Order: sequence, then structure tokens, then C-alpha cells
Amino acid sequence: MDATFRLWRSEPGGAGALTDYKTPVSEGMVVLDAVHRIQAEQAPDLAVRWNCKAGKCGSCSAEINGKPRLMCMTRLSTLDLNKPVIVEPMKTFPLIKDLVTDVSWNFSVKKTIQKFKPRQPDAPDGTWRMAQKDIDRVQEHRKCIECFLCQDVCHVLRDHGKHDEFIGPRFLLYAAQLEMNPLDTADRLHDLKDKHNIGYCNITKCCTAVCPEHIKITDNAIIPLKERVVDRFYDPVTRLLRMFK
Amino acid sequence: MATHQTYNYDVLVIGAGGAGLRAAIEAANAGVTVGLICKSLLGKAHTVMAEGGMAAAMGHNDDRDNWKVHFADTMRGGQYVNNWRMAEIHAKEAPERVRELEAWGAVFDRTPDGRINQRNFGGHRYPRLAHVGDRTGLELIRTLQDHTVYLGVTVHMEHTVIQLLMDGGRASGVVAYDRERGRFHVFTAKAVILATGGVGRAYKITSNSWEGTGDGHALAFRAGAELIDMEFIQFHPTGMVWPPSVKGILVTEGVRGEGGVLKNSEGRRFMFDDIPDNYKPQTASDAEEGWRYVTGDKSARRPPELLTRDHVARSINREVKAGRGSPHGGVFLDIAWIKEKISGGEAHIKRKLPSMYHQFKELADLDITTTPMEVGPTTHYIMGGIKVDADSQMSSIPGLYAAGECASGINGANRLGGNSLSDLIVFGKRAGEYAAEYAKSSGPIKANDTEVDKAIKESLAPFDRGGRVENPYKVQEELQDTMQSLVGIVRLEDEMKEAHSRLQGYKERWTRVGVSGHREYNGGWHTAIDLLNLLDVAEAIALSAIERRESRGGHFREDYPDKVAEFGTFNIMVKQAPGGGIQVSRLPLPAMPAELRQVVEEQQQ
Ligand SMILES: Cc1cc2nc3c(=O)[nH]c(=O)nc-3n(C[C@H](O)[C@H](O)[C@H](O)COP(=O)(O)OP(=O)(O)OC[C@H]3O[C@@H](n4cnc5c(N)ncnc54)[C@H](O)[C@@H]3O)c2cc1C
Ligand code: SF4
Ligand code: SF4
Ligand code: FES
Repeated sequence: MDATFRLWRSEPGGAGALTDYKTPVSEGMVVLDAVHRIQAEQAPDLAVRWNCKAGKCGSCSAEINGKPRLMCMTRLSTLDLNKPVIVEPMKTFPLIKDLVTDVSWNFSVKKTIQKFKPRQPDAPDGTWRMAQKDIDRVQEHRKCIECFLCQDVCHVLRDHGKHDEFIGPRFLLYAAQLEMNPLDTADRLHDLKDKHNIGYCNITKCCTAVCPEHIKITDNAIIPLKERVVDRFYDPVTRLLRMFK
Repeated sequence: MATHQTYNYDVLVIGAGGAGLRAAIEAANAGVTVGLICKSLLGKAHTVMAEGGMAAAMGHNDDRDNWKVHFADTMRGGQYVNNWRMAEIHAKEAPERVRELEAWGAVFDRTPDGRINQRNFGGHRYPRLAHVGDRTGLELIRTLQDHTVYLGVTVHMEHTVIQLLMDGGRASGVVAYDRERGRFHVFTAKAVILATGGVGRAYKITSNSWEGTGDGHALAFRAGAELIDMEFIQFHPTGMVWPPSVKGILVTEGVRGEGGVLKNSEGRRFMFDDIPDNYKPQTASDAEEGWRYVTGDKSARRPPELLTRDHVARSINREVKAGRGSPHGGVFLDIAWIKEKISGGEAHIKRKLPSMYHQFKELADLDITTTPMEVGPTTHYIMGGIKVDADSQMSSIPGLYAAGECASGINGANRLGGNSLSDLIVFGKRAGEYAAEYAKSSGPIKANDTEVDKAIKESLAPFDRGGRVENPYKVQEELQDTMQSLVGIVRLEDEMKEAHSRLQGYKERWTRVGVSGHREYNGGWHTAIDLLNLLDVAEAIALSAIERRESRGGHFREDYPDKVAEFGTFNIMVKQAPGGGIQVSRLPLPAMPAELRQVVEEQQQ
């Protein structure tokens, strides 16, 4: 059986267009397989990022039929192959070529977050003791594969282009994980409020909806962080008012 | 002449997997300037895929464990052709390296008393693998990456190194191009560390990412460095076999560590049928004892599913060949059965093996908490690589270091699961430390312009030929087919010779590969460049495998099915012959000191 894939093709630094490629598909294939096949047989210079092909590295992010997804974890059996499958690059980041975008902004944002700073070790041999239940949440946050799909979908970045002011869900999650680490002693709340502008997030939960690791970014990271910020910087009355705004 | 940009560092690290990052950290801490180059984005290197854990004899789950047991396990697993000194350093230093990760923000699973939890793995006598569910590699790489970015290391992401530069017999830097724009860059450095990972892409069925094209192996080889043990490839027993497009993707040994059992189509636990003599004293006599072992009973011995990987892979191969395989040409791996044994089994499986659950659910539409998986061998790891000094990790070229999977010595004929991640941090650190020291104490170097121009010109040649000649993807695919069928898990002299002659053909075709389009992020061009490395590495593997006329560890010869004592006294070494081509020789193993020999003997029982 053949299916049509409508891929974004671009000239370096210039114009681009969706281009149709017809390619044979078989049972169990994922979108990345089809893209690779097209690359090997019809479009050898096609640009596509990938590494693990197992949903573990977060390289193959794209927008498939308009939805931010990992190409390697999107099975063709979940798509309607009677219509062309549209594969486009992430929109929130500058395009490099075809399906590849410049995500370097994310790497520079991370550096603005204060690094992990552990308390003095608990034991004379320099080690710490932590209960599993106290780190379950942190471990959930650390499952992040940095695919940046949540950044892609967040309207604060995507529609409002606040890249200079707002760090986006991925890095709110990163900050949350550090704040919730039982060993950590640094204080990031001030930065979160004034520098990273956690307040811009209005809890639409679009980020959570696209996370391939199924991390509850909004409920388990952003909201708890917001609460900490509120507890620290706003008195109870303002807090109440804000809740009803 | 092509134009290019130039950068200078004291220490230049090639590769940002666990080994490269750990090396960069150590070098930066030593106060030298450090540059780091990698083919992918930061944090995406192959290390991110590691699942089961990292081995370190911390003795948290069983206080009988210590470095001596780990050392002896590693040597036994490697069938005693390991570099004993590397195995010793590794066993002694791994615990400290793991603890350090915690100080840098890693969050490992915990024991009930709040320490780092350790799990069982094949070939390890006691529970020894520090882990985070089944995503330990992600934890390792993220921890190191996040630590590195604050240290002033300059990272050049999505750059591919195409040539090592030499200055008077000493490494002096590299030529690279950036994948995004296709521009060339020259990096000079007083010391260069290769940490480029493995060669899995030389095979059709592999658990490795596209990056595993043996670049470091090939770059070092072409610069005149010595490689050893290239015949020893690890075929991991459990890769996915269905659906076809995911064939080869790894199913962590952690599944067996948590109680998963292997069965053939007759429902028989065939691993009990053939237990090698040297492992008999440590192996469970029945299913019940095996189960007690995985649940932490210290008086029980481990189930045969946790024998070394080479053995398990061959046993699976045997079942499939004998017609007792699963519908898609593998065998069954069943973890769902443990629900009979423990209440809340389903939740337990999901908690212990979350990414396996996820992987099968999303890629194969299969629920591992109810249904057995189908698995078969997949090319996973290369024990062989650049020959290094055990203490400093310097290669046979002054100023050129190697660490991690591209270096060789610690694993001998077969690597134990979990020993790679610990190898990365133990020897990554050492490489960084010694390279920094070397850089501090050595004089200035320069890049050789002729060498640079030549490398750039050669790498652009495919564009001159255009898109209508040899297709690089096609040649790569044929190479992978050849290696898979002729230099794979079961080997024969004639087949390997056939492979070798086909490789000559691919080499000839490589000189005609052409690509179309622009230099910006051009997949075809990247493949053409990586292909040269695959060709060199594949040939080194084939020739080394022909030379070893016995079976040992990852190297199994149907025409020489037994282990031969004489072959246990040397490593096979390859190096570029003066007029081109490959020179194969035998390098005697250094004698193990008496006290370590004694350790091995004590642990024999
Ligand atoms: C699925 C899977 C699971 C595994 N699980 C475990 C486990 O549980 N425990 C364990 O101990 N081991 C495990 N392993 C093995 C282990 O993950 C690898 O051996 C190890 O990660 C290799 O690390 P490395 O630092 O040597 O190289 P890699 O992580 O492979 O990194 C190589 C780096 O070199 C760069 N590079 C390569 N060539 C070039 C070039 N030409 N120019 C510039 N940069 C270049 C790459 O971009 C990359 O950054 C597993 C392997 C796989 C595939
Ligand atoms: S919940 Fe907040 S961070 Fe997430 S997408 Fe919505 S606005 Fe962005
Ligand atoms: S939080 Fe989820 S969506 Fe966002 S980068 Fe991490 S894995 Fe991707
Ligand atoms: S290729 Fe790694 S997540 Fe898709």
C-alpha cells in the first residue's frame, strides 16, 4: 500500500513549500520510517533530526497533521492514510531547513536557571539519604527528554513570541524539579517570578497534552511552583483576589 | 581553497555522551580551556538510550559486594582477555563516580533505608546496578550535561569531525563541519579526547542510533592509532523483533533482572537447558530458586536468563533455528507471569519498567503486563576499539586519548550489562584529567594547512559527482546487510572472507558516491561521510574475526566452536599498514599480578 506524505521542504534561509511524496507503507511503521524511506529513495538531501527512533532522545519533534509529536512514536496506524500526512517543522523555533529547526534558544535559557546546590551530605562518607516517596515527583519531572514539543505548543512562545521574557513549560518543569529535590538548597522563586515570568502561564495545559513522556507539566510542576511564588510574594488577600481574577 | 573558521583549545573532546561529558568536566575543573564537539544536539547522544543501570560495587543491597567481586565478575565475563588493569581501576573507582553524580543532581531510585538502590544484572554476582527505573542513561547524560554547561566548556553541537590533525607525530586538533550550514571549522588543541561511542550502524539490526558509525575508531585508525579486540561485538539477546520497523530496538536486561523469563514456542524455559560449566555454581537449579534470587533472597542463585549476553543471545539463536521460535522469529520474554507471584504485579511492572511498558504499548500495541514480548538478538555494543593506556587513556598516538565505547580493554571478549555506563564515568574522568595534564605540560601545536585543505576537498567530492551516481544510502544498506549475514552472531571463515571481498567493492563504490542539493543539513552528504568510517570499521571487524580461530565471548565461530587456551593469551590488534590497507597482529596480554590472580581464584566458587 502507498501513502502520501506532504513534507515541508525549504531552501536554505529562503522560501519553502509543502511537497508530496508517495511511498509504500507497511504494518507497524511510524512516521519517521516513512520520512527515512523518502529520504533514501526520493529526497536524499531532506533534512530531518533523529537519533534513537525509540522515543528516548527527543530529537525528532515535528508537527504531524498540525499536532506537535515525535515522528518516531507516531504510528501510521493511528493516522488516516487516505489523506496526505502533513509533516511540518516546529513553528515556535526558527527554521533551519525542511523539518529541522534551530532549538538553541532552549539551551541558553537553561543556563539562566540557578544550578543544583545540594545540602551538606548526611553521612560521613559524603552520601545522602532520601526516601523513595520523597523523590517520586522529582523523578517524574526528570523523565523529560527535551523534545521541546511543550515549548512549541505554548501560546506564550508560539503566538506571543515572548522568548526573551518567558522560559516556557520545559524550563518551568526543570526549575520545579530542582526546587522539589530534597537535597537542593538554592532558591529560584525570585527568578521565577521576575526573570522567568512564571506569571505569563495561564494554565491552559496545552503543554501537558503534547508531552510524549506524559509528564503532568502543569498540574505537577507549574501549579506547585506558582503556589510557592504566591505564598512567598503575595499576602493572602491578594492571593484570594488573584484566584478569582 | 575552501575557507574555514578556526578555534583553539587546550583540550578538545569529541563526543558528548557519558564519556565525553565526564571528560570535559574533569578537564575544565583542571583549569584548562575545553571545547566539546558532537554530531547531535547536546543531551541526545546514544548514552541517553541506556536503560538498565550502571555497575558499581557499593554493596547497598548486598553488603557482600566489593570491588574484588566486581573485578572478578568483569574478568570472567570478558573471558580473561580484558586489560586487567582497566578492570581493576573500573571496579575500584566506579562507586565514587556514581556518588559524585548524586552530588551533581542525579536522582537514583532508593533502597528502603534511603540509599542508592541497586539491581541485578547478567553476570554480576550481587545486585550492583545503580538505576533510575529503566532510563538510567537519560539520568546520566542529563546530570552531566546540566553540570557541564555551568563550567565554561564551549559546546559545538551538530558538528561532525572528519579528520584528526597531526603535528610532528602528535595529535593537534581536528577538522569538522557543522551539519546545519555545512561550513568547515578547524579546531586546534594540545590534547584531543575521542569519546565517539560505538559502531552498531555497521549492522542491519541494531539498538544503536544513527550516530554509531564508528567515527572515532576510524579517525584514530586513519591517523595511525592501534585498535584491539575488534572481533568482539556484543549482540544483545533481547531486541524487539516486531513490528519490522522497530526491529533491533532494545528491551532492557532489566526485564530479566526483575524476574522476566525466556520461553520458546513450546513454553519451555530453554535457558535451563545449557548452562556453561564456569557459571554452574552460580546458577539457580530451578525456576523457584531463580525467582527467589530476583526478589532478593541472598541464599538463592541467579536464574539462567541472567547468564552473560553472548550466551543468552546464542541460546535464543539456537531455539529460533531449531524451529521453536515465536511467530516473528524471536522467542518470548515474559514479565507478566510475575503477577502470579506478587500482588499488585501490574503496577509493579509499570513502576520498575516504565519505558519498556511505554515502548511496547506505543510501538507494538502490546501490554507487557499481560502479554509476553517477542525478542531476538540485536547488535548492541563493541568491546573492541582504540587501544589505550589503562591509567591515562592515552592511545598509541601522543596527545590522543580515548574513553567510553570507542576505547577498548576493560571488557575483553564480552561486556557485562551496566559496565558501560560506569566505564564512561570512570575512564571519562581519567581521560579528562590526563589530557588536561598533558595539555598543560606540552608545547604549542599547529594545524597543518595541507592536511586541512585535503580533508575539506575530499569531503566535498560527493557534491562534484552530483546525485546521479552511487547513492550513499544504498551502499550503506548493502554494507549493513553484508555484516549482518556474514560477520554476525555465528561466524564462518568463508563467509567472512566473502564479506571482506564485498567490502572492497563498497569501498570502490564509495569513491563514486554522489549527493545533490546544498550543503545545509544534507542527509545524503552526512551519510556519505559517515560511510567511510563504517567501511574502515567493518573491515577491521571482519579481519580481526577471521584471525581469531576460536570462540570466545561475543565472537562465535561455527568452524572453531571451542575456546582455545592459546588464544586467551593475546588480543588481536589492527592498524593501518604503511601503504594503506590493514595490518593484523597479535598483541600478548600483560600478565596479571599475583594478588589479582588470587582475587579471581577466590571468586571462582
Ligand atoms: C538501548 C541501549 C541501552 C543500553 N543500556 C545500557 C545500560 O543499561 N547500562 C550500560 O552500562 N550500558 C548500556 N548501554 C551501552 C551504553 O549506553 C553505551 O555503551 C554508552 O552510552 C556509550 O557512551 P559513549 O559516551 O562512549 O558514547 P555515546 O553516548 O555513543 O556518544 C558518542 C558521542 O560522540 C559524538 N560523535 C560521534 N562521532 C562524532 C564525530 N565524527 N564528530 C563529532 N562527534 C561525534 C556523538 O555525537 C555523541 O555525542 C546501552 C546501549 C543501548 C543502545
Ligand atoms: S499551561 Fe502554561 S506553560 Fe503550559 S502551554 Fe499553557 S501557558 Fe504554556
Ligand atoms: S516536558 Fe515533555 S514535552 Fe516538554 S520537553 Fe520535556 S518531554 Fe518534551
Ligand atoms: S528519534 Fe529519539 S525521540 Fe524520536
